[in-house]
Amino acid sequence: MVDREAVNCERVWREISNYVDGEVDSVLRLAMDEHFKTCQRCTSVLEGVRNVTQLYGDERMLEVPAGFSRRLEKRIARDVREDRGPWSPWSAWLVPLAALALITGSVRLASSITPSFPAKSPMAQRGQGIPPDLIVLVATGTRVFHVAGCTFIHNKEEVRSLTAKEAIAEGYVPCLRCMRKYLDVASIRAAEAAGGLDADDEQTIVANH
Amino acid sequence: MSEANVAINNPAEDRAAYEQDLISRVQRGQHELFYELVQPYERRVYAAALAILRNEADAEDAAQEAMLKAFANIRQFRQEARFSTWLIQVTVNEALMRRRRQRTVIMEPIDDRSDDKDEQDYTPRDFADWREIPSEALERKEVRRKLTEALATLDRKYREVFVLRDVEHMNIQETAEALGISIASVKTRLLRARLMLRDLLAAGWEQGWFSRLPFEKGTKPW
Repeated sequence: MVDREAVNCERVWREISNYVDGEVDSVLRLAMDEHFKTCQRCTSVLEGVRNVTQLYGDERMLEVPAGFSRRLEKRIARDVREDRGPWSPWSAWLVPLAALALITGSVRLASSITPSFPAKSPMAQRGQGIPPDLIVLVATGTRVFHVAGCTFIHNKEEVRSLTAKEAIAEGYVPCLRCMRKYLDVASIRAAEAAGGLDADDEQTIVANH
Repeated sequence: MSEANVAINNPAEDRAAYEQDLISRVQRGQHELFYELVQPYERRVYAAALAILRNEADAEDAAQEAMLKAFANIRQFRQEARFSTWLIQVTVNEALMRRRRQRTVIMEPIDDRSDDKDEQDYTPRDFADWREIPSEALERKEVRRKLTEALATLDRKYREVFVLRDVEHMNIQETAEALGISIASVKTRLLRARLMLRDLLAAGWEQGWFSRLPFEKGTKPW
């Protein structure tokens, strides 16, 4: 049983989220309803919380990067075609074979990720540990590849997406800003200290290998 | 157009039956229908991954991988659960696994793991006169961006719970199961997240986020 006297503002604030979700019992709900009739501060809190849940719960708040759907569809289509399909009990015996194929594939991948073209900036870092399947963007006339959403993409009107493996093979080098975690941070800091970095001129620091 | 043979008279009413039919077909081997099955949820999948990983590229990659894992495990899906909930749970698992891996590699500080703050009451700061913000506000890209930025300022544990509950519309139990935390923790974190966002939106009012909306002079929307 809820004591009407106990439903002060602090108690209302503690329960307001449960109240909005219909998760308070009928006695507490009645007590809170009564409180709201006379307390403008708590009514303000209640309406603010309702605004928050309504605005963020709206479908329009769900935004995805440009080209997301196309890339997703493409990847699903590719994997379906490659029959990375649903598992069935009889397929368990395939695991050892798959492991063997993985090892062989890794060796081939390691050799194939070596760029077939020289880097578009000869002094640039190529990066280390970049996932080969990572979707990256390159803009026409530039030499750097970025992840979607990077603010350092020049010429955004003419951007195409490809995998990191393909970008590296074509001689593109990773952006120092959005691909920072794959690069030699000490060199980046040295370059920044020496006068800052600009998007497409950024990949001019000394390679670390 | 779909190969599924379900007549659709009322999209809202028939959606569940249509989806059920698609699931059965994919489970029976019509793999080419899988994208059609998940396409309505792709934005929700991405939002869940982004809430956990906070990085657009990582979130996109995790969303793609989660979809593929859902495809690989579609036979395990039982129709008593909502497909969307199952798909989001697969995504949350994938994103959490990636984040653990990232932590291992880059030794990311565990800045907000402590539950201490959960136990402290949060006191709202702004008590101005209120009004409902019309949903038309979301037509403006600038408003959506501000709301997204406000959400990004929350500590991870509050943001994750808020997104699963209020953006993905999972219930309290599903949110707790997806994140591996107790129902009590979900409720406490959700309360703080909502109150903090309310205060951030109130501050946004002062900064003019909603300045072109048709409110009466001198009133705030809450």
